Amino acid sequence: MSTPIIEVRHVAKRYQLGGIGLTSLRSEFERWWGAARGRAPVADAGEFWALRDVSFDVQRGEVVGIIGRNGAGKSTLLKILSEITEPTSGEIRLRGQVASLLEVGTGFHPELSGRENIYLNGATLGMRRAEITRKFDEIVAFAEVEKFLDTPVKRYSSGMYVRLAFAVAAHLEPEILIIDEVLAVGDHAFQQKCLGKMQDVARTEGRTVLFVSHNMAAVSRLCHRAVHLAGGGVAAVGPAAEVVSAYLAKATEARGAWTRPADAIRRGKVTFSAARVRDAAGVAIGVVPHSDGFAVELECQEHATTAPWLLRVSIYDAHGHELLAAEDTAAAAARGVQPGRTVRARCVFPPGLLKPGTYTVGVSACELAGDRPVALYEEHEPLLAFEISPQGYEARVGRGVMGVQPEWTFPA
Amino acid sequence: MNQTAPTHERVLRPRRGIIALDLARLWHYRDLLWVLVRRDFVARFQQTVLGPLWFVLMPLMQALAFTLIFGKGLRTSTDGLPPFLFYQCGMLGWSYFANVLGTSGNSFQANSAVFTKVYFPRLIVPLSVVIGSLAPFVLQVLVFLAFYVPAALGATAWHANYLALALLPLAVAQAAVFALGVSLLTSGLSAKYRDLQHGLPFLLQLWMFATPVIYPLSNLGPTARAVAALNPLTPIAEGFRVAFFGVGTVNARLCAVSLAGTLLVFVAGLIAFQRAERTFADTV
Repeated sequence: MSTPIIEVRHVAKRYQLGGIGLTSLRSEFERWWGAARGRAPVADAGEFWALRDVSFDVQRGEVVGIIGRNGAGKSTLLKILSEITEPTSGEIRLRGQVASLLEVGTGFHPELSGRENIYLNGATLGMRRAEITRKFDEIVAFAEVEKFLDTPVKRYSSGMYVRLAFAVAAHLEPEILIIDEVLAVGDHAFQQKCLGKMQDVARTEGRTVLFVSHNMAAVSRLCHRAVHLAGGGVAAVGPAAEVVSAYLAKATEARGAWTRPADAIRRGKVTFSAARVRDAAGVAIGVVPHSDGFAVELECQEHATTAPWLLRVSIYDAHGHELLAAEDTAAAAARGVQPGRTVRARCVFPPGLLKPGTYTVGVSACELAGDRPVALYEEHEPLLAFEISPQGYEARVGRGVMGVQPEWTFPA
Repeated sequence: MNQTAPTHERVLRPRRGIIALDLARLWHYRDLLWVLVRRDFVARFQQTVLGPLWFVLMPLMQALAFTLIFGKGLRTSTDGLPPFLFYQCGMLGWSYFANVLGTSGNSFQANSAVFTKVYFPRLIVPLSVVIGSLAPFVLQVLVFLAFYVPAALGATAWHANYLALALLPLAVAQAAVFALGVSLLTSGLSAKYRDLQHGLPFLLQLWMFATPVIYPLSNLGPTARAVAALNPLTPIAEGFRVAFFGVGTVNARLCAVSLAGTLLVFVAGLIAFQRAERTFADTV
């Protein structure tokens, strides 16, 4: 094997939980005054190690997936790799130019036209002007915005905005491309197009892609290898399919109920605090008979929201395929915006939907623009696991993914 | 790949040391600098009727207001010069500085959405403002000349000092370095102490009155003059009047103090800015 293009060695990152609050002169002064009078310093809320002793290599031309639960350190790792923040200890060697796409459309200016924003965004991502000019037509064609090139992007639909942003980043020619969960937005057809583009980037152009995703099916399909982070450390590194199935197997050990740990960092504008799977009688359970319906109950807090937002409940099979995504689009507009409140929701699934087996549940909250999800507030996948027992299932358990039992008739 | 990709190796590790200016990185991002300069210019006048004409109108209206309030109303001294020209000239050096500081004095908070999502040398942002603000400055000089030249042709009480005129670009360069230094300093400090972002407009207002913009330095008593000498902008503002009217107080000592102050502030600014650059993403 040749020299790795990315070498991560014993990287650790500490966040000072007490220090984050010290953003005004007054609190700094109070701390100093307290110390000067011999008082014990204000009880430090402590420190939080987002990453500890993370080491792995990435070879040139590899597509590597980074998976793990929320709070496992994925975002922190990407931030360090993209030089937005630096590690507390350890080091990373990057043998190539990096472009990272942590959020689509970063650095877009709403008043400028699509054309100007392509240059602005490209330059922000470290591209030279000549390089952008060379790729310009390809970017425009990929984003499908030819007709709106001279329109200010503030008049773009959210879909056009996302397409343009991804197109700029995907057509850069960095040797290392870092992508965080951007595929959670946009419509299905465009998501497929993005995944295809990422595959091309790696396969035909020999570039290296680092890809954080909750979409286990995409990770096992696209990535050569995967890194599983848990609690800030590396839980497993290896061929993507193996790491993903080990991760899913572990995730399904989770019970049918979840409560947010008290020390978990809250970042999104909407954060989940509890979730559970309930049977038809409203009892929290982990096993649902095939013949019964079930419900996923959610509790979330609305913080600094400025736009309507939707809740999504996804059901995944044991291979990580998303079988069903239930979005409360219709209710979202009626719910409105009201920071500070707690929202409780129940998503009821009819009996006989799934065939016997193990399933996981993911939940997420997204900002809405019209009826399209545009920005992801928070996502937990997989969060809950439950089992459908064969009780009431008359067919042989085997092929297919659905549990709906059609009625056979034989007209003479 | 058709790109000549030098396998430059980058090592990311906890940075130490007070100043680590990576000039090669800055150079790599030079296109971004120009795009940002252009963006600020274009975006500012989108959906305005007058567009860049505002650059011409704003200093004119300001000079007119000063003429009415201080010249006609309070009758403050103008060193014997026509008040309208006096105020216009005084504003030349000042408004460039004020423009830069007003726009980039809070770089981290103002750009936090970008700074927490994508990497580029943060210094590019205030640098782009320092360069971009030269455009309104040049326009302002042209507007001033439109009033100055006809008046100068008929004037007998005052005349331009050609040596000082030739040195004016140096004064502008110093104003640029000083404005950048102060912006870096306030950006760096307000990244952590947000109090400063409220104090900045007030600071700018006070500073203008502490600088000989609307009054000549000769108007001050000895104590006030000694204090004014500590302000690096003093000889710059006076210098504009010396150059265009041959009237004003600029000497070697004033210039030396001003240069030393500029350098000191610039270095302090670099240190504060780079400290903030390292920790900003973690504290926002």
